[in-house]
Amino acid sequence: MSDYRIQGDTGEWEVVIGLEVHAQITTNAKLFSGAATAFGAEPNTQVSLVDAAMPGMLPVPNRECIRQAVRTGMAINAQINKWSRFDRKNYFYADLPQGYQISQLYHPIVGEGAIEIQLDDKNPDTKKTIGVERIHVEQDAGKLMHDQHPTMSYVDLNRSGVALMEIVSRPDMGSPAEAGAYLSKLRTILRFVGSCDGNMDQGSMRADVNVSVRKPGGELGTRTETKNVNSVRFVMAVVEQEAKRQVALIEDGGKVVQETRLYDPDRNETRSMRSKEDAHDYRYFPDPDLLPLELDDAFLEECRASLPELPDAKRERYETALGLSAYNANVLTADVETARWFEVLLAETAALAKKPEAEVAKQAANWLISELFGALNKLGASLETSPVSPAAGAELLALIADGTISGSIAKQVLEKMLETGDGAGVIVEREGLKQTSDTGAIEAAIDAILAANADKVEQYKGGKEALFGFFVGQTMKAMQGKANPGMVNELLKKKLS
Amino acid sequence: MTDLTNLGIAALRDGVAKGDFTATEVATAFNAAVEAAQPALNAFIVTTPEKALEAAAKVDADRAAGNPLGTMAGVPIGMKDLFATKGTQTTAASKILEGFTPQYESTVSQKLWDAGAGMLGKLNLDQFAMGSSNETSAFGNVISPWRRPNDTAPLAPGGSSGGSSSAVAARIAPAATGTDTGGSIRQPAAFTGISGIKPTYGRCSRWGVVAFASSLDQAGAMAHDVTDCAIMLEAMAGFDPKDSTSLNLPVPAWTAGLNADMKGKKVGIPREYRLDGMDPDVAKSWDDGIAWMKDAGAEIVEISLPHTKYALPTYYIIAPAEASSNLARYDGVRYGLRDLPDGAGLQDMYAATRAAGFGPEVKRRIMIGTYVLSAGFYDAYYTQAQKVRTLIARDFTEAFQQVDVILVPTAPSSAFALGEKSADPLEMYLNDVFSVPASLAGLPAMSVPAGLDRSGLPLGLQVIGKAFDEQGVLNASLALEQRAQFTARPAKWW
Repeated sequence: MSDYRIQGDTGEWEVVIGLEVHAQITTNAKLFSGAATAFGAEPNTQVSLVDAAMPGMLPVPNRECIRQAVRTGMAINAQINKWSRFDRKNYFYADLPQGYQISQLYHPIVGEGAIEIQLDDKNPDTKKTIGVERIHVEQDAGKLMHDQHPTMSYVDLNRSGVALMEIVSRPDMGSPAEAGAYLSKLRTILRFVGSCDGNMDQGSMRADVNVSVRKPGGELGTRTETKNVNSVRFVMAVVEQEAKRQVALIEDGGKVVQETRLYDPDRNETRSMRSKEDAHDYRYFPDPDLLPLELDDAFLEECRASLPELPDAKRERYETALGLSAYNANVLTADVETARWFEVLLAETAALAKKPEAEVAKQAANWLISELFGALNKLGASLETSPVSPAAGAELLALIADGTISGSIAKQVLEKMLETGDGAGVIVEREGLKQTSDTGAIEAAIDAILAANADKVEQYKGGKEALFGFFVGQTMKAMQGKANPGMVNELLKKKLS
Repeated sequence: MTDLTNLGIAALRDGVAKGDFTATEVATAFNAAVEAAQPALNAFIVTTPEKALEAAAKVDADRAAGNPLGTMAGVPIGMKDLFATKGTQTTAASKILEGFTPQYESTVSQKLWDAGAGMLGKLNLDQFAMGSSNETSAFGNVISPWRRPNDTAPLAPGGSSGGSSSAVAARIAPAATGTDTGGSIRQPAAFTGISGIKPTYGRCSRWGVVAFASSLDQAGAMAHDVTDCAIMLEAMAGFDPKDSTSLNLPVPAWTAGLNADMKGKKVGIPREYRLDGMDPDVAKSWDDGIAWMKDAGAEIVEISLPHTKYALPTYYIIAPAEASSNLARYDGVRYGLRDLPDGAGLQDMYAATRAAGFGPEVKRRIMIGTYVLSAGFYDAYYTQAQKVRTLIARDFTEAFQQVDVILVPTAPSSAFALGEKSADPLEMYLNDVFSVPASLAGLPAMSVPAGLDRSGLPLGLQVIGKAFDEQGVLNASLALEQRAQFTARPAKWW
């Protein structure tokens, strides 16, 4: 159990959290029709006869959606069910043209699996395994628009029939942080696998948050389900608010009712949507338009073979084979784009240096994390929109490695690269930023500085060794930062001895 | 040229091919017959004489140009109004779809047009194919061309393909499509003295066919005789990737394979079909059939299908359950009827639209289906029914280890008068007692006319075959047909 507790009037309370995450499967076509799935298209332009539930239309499963669900299951080491079946979930709503959603209640395609989270990178004791009960495949509904007309609602069926995976966790999380870490990790895995783009702001991923509270070690309490929460931050907020609300309610003598709630981010509170009494009877039954889904070994083998290196394995490799710190390994594997960028940078850097990757990995990782990320942040940009390519980054790293420029000059060069899009070499040449190893020039500068600061030289020689840094700084300043710092050190020591 | 309407598929096609008459002459003759009979029989919901003529003109032009002609070339047919037809209203005989004009053509109808057939019109049926007498149509009852001697009381043409059976029996269409969920091709064929075949589930694509009960619905052919049914079914059948339940098998050359010799074949007679209080004429017709089979060289084997008595209740759980879900799409939101009372919200619109749009039988089955699927009843009804369905299918599988085909009556009686059974739904449901088991097992089954009962009305015999063995069913049916010598025709009174 997590040690997160809500402090109530009657003592401490534990929180029990489970998440049902809906993840839109990345494919060009819908789950049971050939219609397109691009985000942001004009309303009702991505609708087939099947999606509009015209009379006599029939669903045909899209193989790619099935494949992505299987690959996702494999990525969380889940049991893959070679025999699964689609069920109809019946209810009436204007955004549901068939009057039922095709889903998988009784026999999901993916069974029991697990996801490992770690709340603190530096502390392996904060590792925790969150169980995943199942993943099933289902259709998304359309969208109602209530703000287009004073008395009527409009229906957009573009999303109708889009393929979703519903990833159902066990109630294994005990704090907002754990819920947030689970969702982030799940998103990372989905993006690595390529089965979901994880764009929560576009609705590609959203979570139903199940929360209950209990006295430590006591019986499970009644849970509420807060629907369609669309960011990690909001999921954490929902857990916190809902747990506090439930504790207050119980301690006031009330009872938590099993119900569906909605989160209002503006007021940071959850609100009741409908209670169990109003719950639909969905009348699930096997969809008679579809045969059971049977997966053969060749298909499963292909799914397995197509899986990329997953985040946990990659992080492990970064630490052991590349010698990166746990922190750096974590940062670099937190997102598939970061890892991809880093690996190209690493390969290019190693090639330029004619060294094994392990020997340049630390330098590349440190530069990416402390220099490039910082600079991009300032610009409000991300790796995906970065004007500097991994190859350009490698060129810059090579200039540092071979002593052409110093680390501090490199910062300036990077800024110019981001500004102009020019290569590091071009900028260094154009701006005359090359580091000088010209002994004569450096010695001349040192001599001038020592002459101008005779008093400090005396003090230094008298034992105030801290002044050495002052002389280095003055020399570098006189050399406009371009002096080779190693040579400056060496020459200064000689002159002052 | 009026006698053209007496010809069936093979004769019309061959006559057109040989130049005895043109396809246009054929279409014109049938269009006139349809128009003349429509007020009396009400077999069609809409007539499309221009479509029949258009298809005929193309066949005539192809023939003149020496182009190859399809297997149905020059044959105008009736299309049950459950098949979506592009640009022609498709209603399933329900108010809720009145005025609905699809932008798509069902796979089966497209295959028929591709084979050279033309469309006389959209045939009336029981609403959403739910009924056994064609009395549940929102577009009025279909009247059978048959009458009892010295009696003008209108008789039921059977259902749900009542428009199809009435039109073919009255010779206003040489053939018609039907769909069969629990007997909707076979029972109307039996009632009207024509032939009708329901193939193995999955042979004909369901794409573009308004769904009643997806796991049971199957299109088939209704025509004068076994040969015509074989020709037409061959044109209709075939794998369709747009239907997940479609059989991915080549369509055999059933017509070329027709062979009435039953030597070496075993015909099963299930004892459970011999019901207490069975109509003696039906029992006699069955005995006739057995004798004909022997005469054709077959060995008669008594068999047992022990779960037969559970077939009807099982069917009336599964079919309504699927229907209750399949018909949810008729909600007034996107097409068809919308009833939006003043100040009504979404739920009110659903209620008003569906109350106004669906007929009583459809509502009854939606209610039954909703009930059997609801929480707390699902296991007792739906799950149990699925188990029994498996047992019924197993009965057949075991029986077919001993026999090649099974011979039973098609329906427990000859045609009844309109109104005679419509007051009591259960009595109406009993009409499906002999046809439902093959539907639940997904097996091919055919009804052929066997003779007339004491009131001068046709009776049918049903041949049930192994899955995928339409050929065996057609052959046994042909052997019956040759011996039944059924030539009776309704006197023309319209």
